[in-house]
Parts: sequence; C-alpha cells; structure tokens
Amino acid sequence: MPLYILKRFIMMIVTILIIATLTFVLMRAIPGSPFDEERTSNPTIQANLEKFYKLDQPMPIQYLNYLKSIVTFDYGPSIKKPNESVNTLLSRGFPISFELGIATMIVAVLSGIVLGTFAALRHNGIIDYGAMTFAVIGISIPNFVLATLLIQQVAVNWGWLPPATWSSPKHMILPVIALATGPTAIIARLTRASMLEVLTQDYIKMARAKGLTPFRIVARHALRNALMPVVTIMGTMLAGILTGTFVIEKIFAIPGMGKYFVESINNRDYPVIMGSTVFYSAFLVFMLFVVDILYGFLDPRIKLHKKEGEV
Amino acid sequence: MVAKDPRLTVPDEWFKKKTDDGDQAEAVVRPSLSYWKDAWRRLRKNKLAMSGLVFLILLTFMAIFGPILSPYEVTATDLRSQNLAPSAAHWFGTDEMGRDVFTRTWYGARISLFVGVMAALIDFFIGIIYGGVSGYKGGRTDSIMMRVIEILYGLPHLLVVILLMVVMGPSLTTIIVALTITGWVGMARIVRGQVLQIKNYEFVTASKSFGAQTPRIIRKNLLPNTMGPIIVQMTLTVPSAIFAEAFLSFLGLGIQAPHASWGVMANDALPVILSGDWWRLFFPAFFISITMFAFNVLGDGMQDALDPKLRG
Repeated sequence: MPLYILKRFIMMIVTILIIATLTFVLMRAIPGSPFDEERTSNPTIQANLEKFYKLDQPMPIQYLNYLKSIVTFDYGPSIKKPNESVNTLLSRGFPISFELGIATMIVAVLSGIVLGTFAALRHNGIIDYGAMTFAVIGISIPNFVLATLLIQQVAVNWGWLPPATWSSPKHMILPVIALATGPTAIIARLTRASMLEVLTQDYIKMARAKGLTPFRIVARHALRNALMPVVTIMGTMLAGILTGTFVIEKIFAIPGMGKYFVESINNRDYPVIMGSTVFYSAFLVFMLFVVDILYGFLDPRIKLHKKEGEV
Repeated sequence: MVAKDPRLTVPDEWFKKKTDDGDQAEAVVRPSLSYWKDAWRRLRKNKLAMSGLVFLILLTFMAIFGPILSPYEVTATDLRSQNLAPSAAHWFGTDEMGRDVFTRTWYGARISLFVGVMAALIDFFIGIIYGGVSGYKGGRTDSIMMRVIEILYGLPHLLVVILLMVVMGPSLTTIIVALTITGWVGMARIVRGQVLQIKNYEFVTASKSFGAQTPRIIRKNLLPNTMGPIIVQMTLTVPSAIFAEAFLSFLGLGIQAPHASWGVMANDALPVILSGDWWRLFFPAFFISITMFAFNVLGDGMQDALDPKLRG
C-alpha cells in the first residue's frame, strides 16, 4: 500500500511538472512581448516593464523562477490589471468556483446514483425507460444551452428564481442544475449498467435467500460493489465540471475564477492564464490522486500493485 | 474358433439405411453471416440507433447542399432585414447583421461535422499505431508507452486545449490540432487492450506458424478483430469533439465571426435571448443537441450490435 501511494504520488508530481513546463514553453512560444500593444511606450519603459516582470533574464533562469513560483503559490502580478496579482484573483474567484463545482458534484453524484439504481431495479420498466431517456437527453444537451433555457424559462418567463449572480442559496439553484445535468446522466447510466451486472451475482441471490429486505440487499450489498465504476470516473468528472464552470459563470455572471480566466484569455493576460491553468491543473491532478487512493481503499479486490502489463 | 454366441451377433434390422432426415440434421440451415453482416442485422433492429443514423445522413446531406440551395450567402449581411423572426423568406429568421440563420445553421453543421469527423479520424490513426505497437510489442516497450499514456490521461484535457488555442490562435485547423493532441489517448488505450487480448489467440499463432510477418499479422489478424470497439469509440468521439468546438467557440476561442459554427451562433445569441429573439439560440442549440443525441444513440446501438457476446 505505501508503495502504491508513493508511485501515485510520483506520477502526480511528474504530471504537474509536465503541465507547468508545457504552459511555460507555450506562453514563451508566442511571438512578441506582452507589452507590444502599448505602442506609445518608449524602449526604456519597455525595458523597465520587462525587468519588473523578470522577462529580461535568460530562459533557464525564468524557468526556474517560474517553477519556484508554482511551489510557493506565488504567481506574480497580472499584466493587464496592474494593481492585482494572480493570487488575489485566484483567492477571490476560486472559492466561488469551488463552491459551484462541489455543489454540482454532490447533486450529480447523489441524483445520478439514485436514478441509476432505480432504473436497474425496475429493469425494462417505465422508471428504467424514463431514467435512461433523461440520461441520453442529459448527455446530449450542452450545459450552456441548458443554462440559457433555464434563465429564459424559469428565471425570466416564470420569475421563480434569480437569473444571475451569486449571493444566496437561491442563486445557486439554476447554475447547479445547468452544470449537473450532464454528469448526472453519465453517473446514472454507469450506475445502472454496473448495478444490473451486480444484481445477477450469486451473493445477491444468497442475500435474498437469507430473507433480507430488498432495501437492505441494495443498500448494503449491491451498491457497494456497483459504485466502484462511479468512483473511478469521479476524478475526470470533477475536471469536466470545473472547466464547465467557466462557461456557466460567464452565462450567469458569477464572479468566479471562470470569469477572470475568460477575461484573461480575451485580453491575453499571460500571467493570469498561466497561473490559473497551472493552479487548476495541479488541483485536478491532486483530486485524481485522491480518487485513486480512495479507490484502492474501497475495493478489496485491488491488491494495490498492478499485474504486469496492466494499465 | 470360438462358438458363435447369439448374444454377440448383431441383428440385421439394427442397420438401417440413412434417411434424408439424417442428412438434414447435419446441414447448416441458416446462411452463414459474417461479423459485419450480423452486426448490421442487429443494428437495424434497434429503432433508436437507426433513427440516429438516418438523422445523421440527412444532416450530412444538408451540411453539403444546404448552403448551396439557400439563396443567401453565409456571411452576407443585409441591414434592412435585421433580427427577423422565422418567415417564408427566412425560414429560421435572421441575426442582428441580417444574416440568414437557415443558411448559417447548415454552414455550422458543416464546421461541426468536419471538426468531429476529422478529430475522430486523426485519433483513430494515432491511436491505432500507438496502441497497436504498445500492445503487440509488449514487455518494456509496452510499459514505457503506457506510463506516457497514464500521464497524458491525467492532464485536464479542456484546460490544455484552451491553452493551445490561446497560443495557436483560433481557427478551424488549430481546433482540430488541439483536440487531437489530447484526444488520441483514449483510442490508444482501447486498441492496446484489444490487441493484448487477441494476440494470444490460436489463429494468430497459426498465422505465425505459416510464416506470416508482423505487418501482415497486424493487418490481417489483429486489426479486423479489434474494429468493433474502435468504431464505437470513434462514434462517441465525434459528439465530444463537436461539444468541445461549441464550448471553445462559446469562450471566444473557436471559429471567428463572420464564419458560423453552432457554438459561435449560440454565443452570439446570448445577449439577445432575453429580448425575445428565441430563434437565434433555438436553431443552433437544437441542432447541437439533436446531433449529439443521434451520435450517442448510434454509438450505444453499435456497441450492442458489435459485441459478439450479445449475439442473439
């Protein structure tokens, strides 16, 4: 077990290093300096600016500085917003995005599991067809389409919920629904498929023969095994949700990280793009690591060191 | 000489001339079906998957001929007919520059389908080569190649795509490049898993014992037998690429105006949606959703049809 965790940990560090290097190389590969737009500035000001942002030093030094800044969580100042550092933007925006992401994750996991389980228990029944129809539609509708539909119908036409911003629990409902529908659908399908498989196993028959109540059979015996595939995809799903927040925040005018990220893309604010990409990636890779370890603990069949040639 | 024991003699009536019925029992009654014919036969029974297929064929037709059939140019602006609701002249209405939404919808279909299909094809080629080599070679080569895949798999794809798009600048080519740089990993994993399983089967050994060379084994034995899951994966890659393109366009990183893709059209429609111009968002959104739906049900159907274990 410690060996497995260590191996996963090293993988995580390597992955973050690759992302960081890739970001660095890509950002430096862009022709011209970020200050080229300011045509009025004379060469001295240009040079001073570059000195301030440490862009005048040789590449390897810049790279080392950059790696150091990642480890110390200091991403430097924003180029387009001189009074803000990337850190202030991150500390202002990320908690909100995180709130939205976690709320979405919780809603998606719970409702997906419930839907999938009931669909499997009523296999080929009306609940099954209903849930699976919902699932295919949920996978097919992009979240930004759903978000606009919700704003137009629920918020504007019916006036039930606020259409934008992020100030009370009521404001959270529409963005979370818009963001959670796709993941809910995916989890429901996955749960249904693995539940159907688990329900045919001998130990379920055994539990039934013992006279356990159906609820107990499902809750105690079947779900535990049926949920393993759901745990596996949770890491990548969180990645999808967190990147999905960019779009949802734009539509609902939520002042999260997505807003700053999209802004920084549009006005090519490279430190912000770099900082938030690396921060987000590191966060997601870390979550993937956590899920992997969790999976190892949950599934007794995994011996935590892999057989030769397995992925 | 042993005396003839009557119990040991076999009476003549035990021997009967074989009747025609006996011949029938040995005969193969049903015509033999190839793998693909059988899969097609089963896919045809799946009504949902077939309607998805029919829709996609119609969509492809309209994507090719729609912009030609329409009397309007895709990027032609007409300031006298801004923000018109759907009518006989403009079936899907017009946008704020007076461009015909009907024409732009089919032009958007062109872009979306092109991005989806190209991404799937390139993933297919890279994935087959990488996964095939990794699975077939095995041993050290395999474990090194798999470490690389494992690391790439851990990357948050959309973030990398966004980063690439920022650097390379938004255009059709860069979208496809950015999507395939991160997208081939899934395909490579599937191909490798399949090859790993099949390469130990007897018919491969038989082929080797006849002196077949590696390229021939890969081409004749391994690839045809791995095609099922690969085609399913390709069918499911297309909608996710279409979604990614829409997502990028929506963030302002996709196809640039005045060109149209469904994502761009939906993004442009956002500011006006509250003023009641529903058609601006409805048509691109509707077609993105229906197309994703069609690919998803077709992919699901093919998964069932191509799985030999589900053969009925």
